[in-house]
Amino acid sequence: MPAKNEPIWIARDLAKCSGCRKCEIACSLFHEKCIWPDASRVRVFMLVPGLEFPHLCAQCEDYPCVESCPTKALSVSKKTGAVLVDNKTCIACGQCIGACPGRVPHMHPREKRIIICDLCNGNPQCVKVCQEGSWNVLKTVKRGDEPYRLYARKPDETTRDLAAKIYGEAGGEYLC
Amino acid sequence: MLKGYAGKFLDVDLSSQAIKETRFSDEILRDYLGGRGLATKILWDRLGPKWETVDPLGPENILLLLTGPLTGYYPGGRTCVSGKSPQSNGVVGSTLSGEFGVELRCAGYDGIIVTGESEKPVYLFLKDSDVELRDAGEVWGKDGKQTVSMLTKECRGLLNTRYKKYGEWKEPAMLYVGPAGENKVRTAVVGSKWAHAAGYGGYGAVMGSKKLKAVVAKGTGPLPEVADVRRVKRLIDTVCNGIYEGELWRRWGTGAGGYNFGNKSSSEPIRNWQEEWHDEKSYGVDKFENRLWMKPYWGDFGCPTTCLKLAVVKSGQFKGAISDNPDYEMQAYLGPNLGIFSPEENVFLSSLIDDLGLCGIQTGNVMGFAAELYQNGILTKDDFEGLEPKWGDAEAFATLAEKIAYREGMGNTLAEGTYRAALAIGKRKNIDLLPYAIQAKGISIGAHGIRSGQDFPDIISYACSVQCGDHTSLASLPLDGGGEVMGIFSDSGVFCSFNGFGVSRRIRFDFYKAVTGENLTRKEWAFNRGLRILQLQRIMLLLGGPDLKWNPKIHDDNPPRFYEPLPNGPYKGKTADRAAVEEYKNRYYRAVGWDRNGIPTAKILKKLGLREVEKALERISYD
Repeated sequence: MPAKNEPIWIARDLAKCSGCRKCEIACSLFHEKCIWPDASRVRVFMLVPGLEFPHLCAQCEDYPCVESCPTKALSVSKKTGAVLVDNKTCIACGQCIGACPGRVPHMHPREKRIIICDLCNGNPQCVKVCQEGSWNVLKTVKRGDEPYRLYARKPDETTRDLAAKIYGEAGGEYLC
Repeated sequence: MLKGYAGKFLDVDLSSQAIKETRFSDEILRDYLGGRGLATKILWDRLGPKWETVDPLGPENILLLLTGPLTGYYPGGRTCVSGKSPQSNGVVGSTLSGEFGVELRCAGYDGIIVTGESEKPVYLFLKDSDVELRDAGEVWGKDGKQTVSMLTKECRGLLNTRYKKYGEWKEPAMLYVGPAGENKVRTAVVGSKWAHAAGYGGYGAVMGSKKLKAVVAKGTGPLPEVADVRRVKRLIDTVCNGIYEGELWRRWGTGAGGYNFGNKSSSEPIRNWQEEWHDEKSYGVDKFENRLWMKPYWGDFGCPTTCLKLAVVKSGQFKGAISDNPDYEMQAYLGPNLGIFSPEENVFLSSLIDDLGLCGIQTGNVMGFAAELYQNGILTKDDFEGLEPKWGDAEAFATLAEKIAYREGMGNTLAEGTYRAALAIGKRKNIDLLPYAIQAKGISIGAHGIRSGQDFPDIISYACSVQCGDHTSLASLPLDGGGEVMGIFSDSGVFCSFNGFGVSRRIRFDFYKAVTGENLTRKEWAFNRGLRILQLQRIMLLLGGPDLKWNPKIHDDNPPRFYEPLPNGPYKGKTADRAAVEEYKNRYYRAVGWDRNGIPTAKILKKLGLREVEKALERISYD
């Protein structure tokens, strides 16, 4: 476990995802005080059954989303390394979605603002429930000098990779 | 208004293509909850007066896709599918896992009521309160996997085009039918996520008869507001922590059953229940696990157990086959029941059955029935148009399953399910074939035998169940124990009863209170509300029609085979004792308030506030 007050990263082992979506439940309970899958900062995609995986901010080392924001609503937390959204400044223009290599940010379903993982101020709730159930898809690690940006991938791209890994040759025909 | 409900239901008439919203009073929701209970109430109110004449596969029938107040909250969300069953002619609450119920509730609906019949194939697509019927011409005829791919692409495309600024849309959830449902096969399922199915009841045929290929739902709101969210959160943790303590279901799901129920409890259907014991280590769970499971855990929204395992055949003759574990029922009915003891062949057949939109239990049962008739020479190669359904021949059974799904040749008769097929072939051959039909009141029996006395069903469980052969709705005493009335609670709250293992029995009622704000005790449920639903189901089952009616004196019984001694294994010679069955049955009748003939008494109906139902008793008649 990383020390307190030290930048972290959520390591991810996508092929192991059970599709239980407890990460979505934990995230929305923490941030929205209710169960709200579409307002969760981590979202489990299942474009093909059996190929479920959590889609969440990869905290790219160059933070292209922060760069792209015209109102400077996005900033990087010095404490955790997370991208923080200033809800008052955000105008829901969606520039950050286009700037993200994985198109990870999405709009809040009811309010005019973007949603991005804030690492729960250093104690990610999604990781907690994933570990409690020993699925261990998500794990909190110390942030280092690694190519995290590689993990910012569009859902369709990740699905294609997982299809090859899990279904092999047959995987291609189920992609949509 | 009661908490925990979205408060609205969609009422879709396919004949006129009219879509409106319907609400139910708090009183009805308090008494009937949702899912199976509410389905029973809706069907009684709308079709009760003419029940006997309603053709389950005609436009008069109603297809219900219902959630309950606990859907999405109690860990392991499900959806309940119901209507007048083309198998039993009664009401079955048939539940399946997946995200559909959660999406529906997040869209603002507790359920969908589908009436009428469309002229052309359609599917229903809803994004929150934007609801539309769309042409399903291109996807009609497609198998399960193709349907999921095509409609996921189409509907996600619609979302991405219509709501461009949102970001990446997740896939909507989907219920669908395969070719078997389209062809009104009575053993057809309503499916989801390739490998999930609401099988018991045969509602795939009902959905197909309405030319409704699929229902696709995307909800962007939160789950309906609860009475006490902090308490709900604590209860979720309590259930999950209890489940995490257990090892069996998490590690193997029911996937160890294919070997265990045969070997240890001697209660597995083998060659159409001619035997119930085997020691085929080739069928051990380790073989499934080490050769086929690509995911150690696979599950659905909120589930701590994730009892499914993703099985993929990566090489050899059956390369490309994909299924869940398979779970025990599929392992048994598409394995030993057909004389098959190879994991790869079992996954191949499960994958095919899912693709065709067939129920593995009902179809595996009717194929076993047909194979035994072939074994005995009652049916010949000519009867099967050249096919030879020999025990253990996976490819022959694959061909037979296809013939059933497309209603070709002998498949057309078997597509009626075991009981109706036994009557039809018996008539043709002038021989009583019911001794070969392992079913109860039109519904084939789940893969848990009663002869050894080692498995969980009691000797009257299938005989007296209002859902007949359904192994998830078993009659037993005491009423407030683990029997049918308590099963009605999970089917009506609509959550997975599997997440009740390792958890105190009162937790589900604590959950109900935290979600709805209403007190409910186990006793109140067992002897009042749940029992009321049971009576309504019983009455509609006995009214039956139009093609078949049940006389409890004859049909509240086990299949004849269960009175034959087990031929081998550690429980060799054991059988269901007829006197014990009669004695238990009479005790059960008394406990639920049925007379000696198995008919609900006026007294119990009055006590449960079902006086208006009393009149229907006069309509229960036998030829």
